[in-house]
Amino acid sequence: MAIVVEDVRPVAGSGRGSAPRPGRSKVGVRRSLVRSIPLVPAIVLLAIFLLGPVLSSFYGSFTDASLTGSAAQGASFVGFANYAELFADPDFPKSIILTLVFLVASAIVGQNVIGLGLAILMRSSSRFTRGMVGTFVVTAWVLPEIVASFAAYAFFNDTGTLNTLLGSVGLEGANWLYATPMLAVILANIWRGTAFSMLVYSAALQDVPPEITESAEVDGARGWQRLAFITVPMIRRSISTNLMLTTLQTLSVFTLIFVMTGGGPGTDSSTLPVLAYQEAFQFGKLGFGTAIATILLLVGAVFSVVYLRALKPEVD
Amino acid sequence: MGMTSPSRRSLRTVSNGVLLLVGIAFALPLVWLVLASVDERATLSIKLPGAVSLQNFVDVMTPEKAFVPLLNSLVLSGGCALITVVVAVLAAYPLSRYRMRINKPFLYGVLFGTCLPITAMMVPVYSLFVAFNLIDSMGGTILFLAATSLPMAIYMTKSFMDSVPVSLEEAAWMDGASMMTTLMRVVVPLMRPGLAVVFIFVFIGAWGNFFVPFVLLLSPDKLPAAVSIFAFFGQYGTVAYGQLAAFSLLYSVPVITLYVFISRVLGGSSALAGAVKG
Repeated sequence: MAIVVEDVRPVAGSGRGSAPRPGRSKVGVRRSLVRSIPLVPAIVLLAIFLLGPVLSSFYGSFTDASLTGSAAQGASFVGFANYAELFADPDFPKSIILTLVFLVASAIVGQNVIGLGLAILMRSSSRFTRGMVGTFVVTAWVLPEIVASFAAYAFFNDTGTLNTLLGSVGLEGANWLYATPMLAVILANIWRGTAFSMLVYSAALQDVPPEITESAEVDGARGWQRLAFITVPMIRRSISTNLMLTTLQTLSVFTLIFVMTGGGPGTDSSTLPVLAYQEAFQFGKLGFGTAIATILLLVGAVFSVVYLRALKPEVD
Repeated sequence: MGMTSPSRRSLRTVSNGVLLLVGIAFALPLVWLVLASVDERATLSIKLPGAVSLQNFVDVMTPEKAFVPLLNSLVLSGGCALITVVVAVLAAYPLSRYRMRINKPFLYGVLFGTCLPITAMMVPVYSLFVAFNLIDSMGGTILFLAATSLPMAIYMTKSFMDSVPVSLEEAAWMDGASMMTTLMRVVVPLMRPGLAVVFIFVFIGAWGNFFVPFVLLLSPDKLPAAVSIFAFFGQYGTVAYGQLAAFSLLYSVPVITLYVFISRVLGGSSALAGAVKG
């Protein structure tokens, strides 16, 4: 987060700035309390609607809660049964692998490489091309997710645009959404999400002083050498931030896959969010779905902690 | 560039060529959306309409197909954005103006919250809403949407507030104004553009959200456009692609307009990504 930490804040009589630290005194404690009152609505909202589900997720994953039947009335504690069942179910390990494939192919490789590539190419292209390509890429990102999902569905459908185009050059396309569902959703997610990486990298490249690359050019560095040894190292902070953010965004992609393939055929494109939905709402196994959600939350939490520790965003 | 050497010119040609190809690939699904919406016999594939007609738009512009869902979207996203901005301004003020012990843990918690995969939470959120009897409640859904957008909103609001000079507030304090008076009379008016950005940012997010209302709302008359488009697809999907595309466009236009507006305000389309840049 690009926030400017300014030193011109009102230190007059507010804690560390003033000479006698009021933190310990009675007056200081009361003043601190009064000053944190405006935080209360935020804390209440976050506690009920974010922390609440997280905690109940942990608890719920140890119960046999379900949508219908006797367990819907009062769920009982079943210990690690959901998790044991989860790992015994072949769909779960498969879903983990699908999620990893989806993350690596569409976020880490696809969006980041294409986003960086577009940002670099845009620097040496005409204004018109830059504007036009930028508009299309960003539009795919700005569209509401359900609309983008339909557009991608239509594109990859058996009778969709892709097969029409392939047909016009004499090739016979497959029924992509059934034959290669993962490839279709990966490409769709690249289409949908590359704009974010492109914008981040465009902004980062603007901060690279041109003198440095120019002097490297004078010294005889080729284009790819300048890219690999100068540009990329100089924007490495943006790269790691962006890798983390796109990974987290992609980890929670649901609508795109849900609309395009519904996780199918079978569970062949059920990443973890889709599998959690299917288990909980289609098969009525709420505890099972909650266990998947809990694991996803833990994975997301680990990523977030790594991200916050590695990048130390300034929270002053 | 002053001197355009041959290599630089060819670089430019290659760049333009590659970019155009990528641009076309990115444009195809969007072009389908536009062409299908004005084609009464639209299919799933790009094709030039035999005759351009607005019949699809006329067909979907009925209260139950478009207007009620769009109104519901407006209520959900407007309510969510309003609550989020008010709560974020309140929270940002002490975080921005005072050095308190709670600041650091609170902001780290908030940052952590921005990273959590919300879709992963929808199953437990559903259970929670069942337990509190909030399923199918617009109010509950608005509050949940507000809570999920709050972390980012607090962060943005705080950084906007940090750039508002404090000298004016000091004058207000001298005059004996309370914290709330200072916030409402001095700080908020000074950061109106920033608050508009936060509002629009949250509004766009809530307007486009499909999964949350899909899980938490049930009654057809409460569903926002995102969910009703999905239901429409299930009901008429195989026959009425043109109407689907027309409805999708009607539903997308507000957020695209807001995005264009906000990127003008912030100067350049990179601004939104810049807000979350490291």
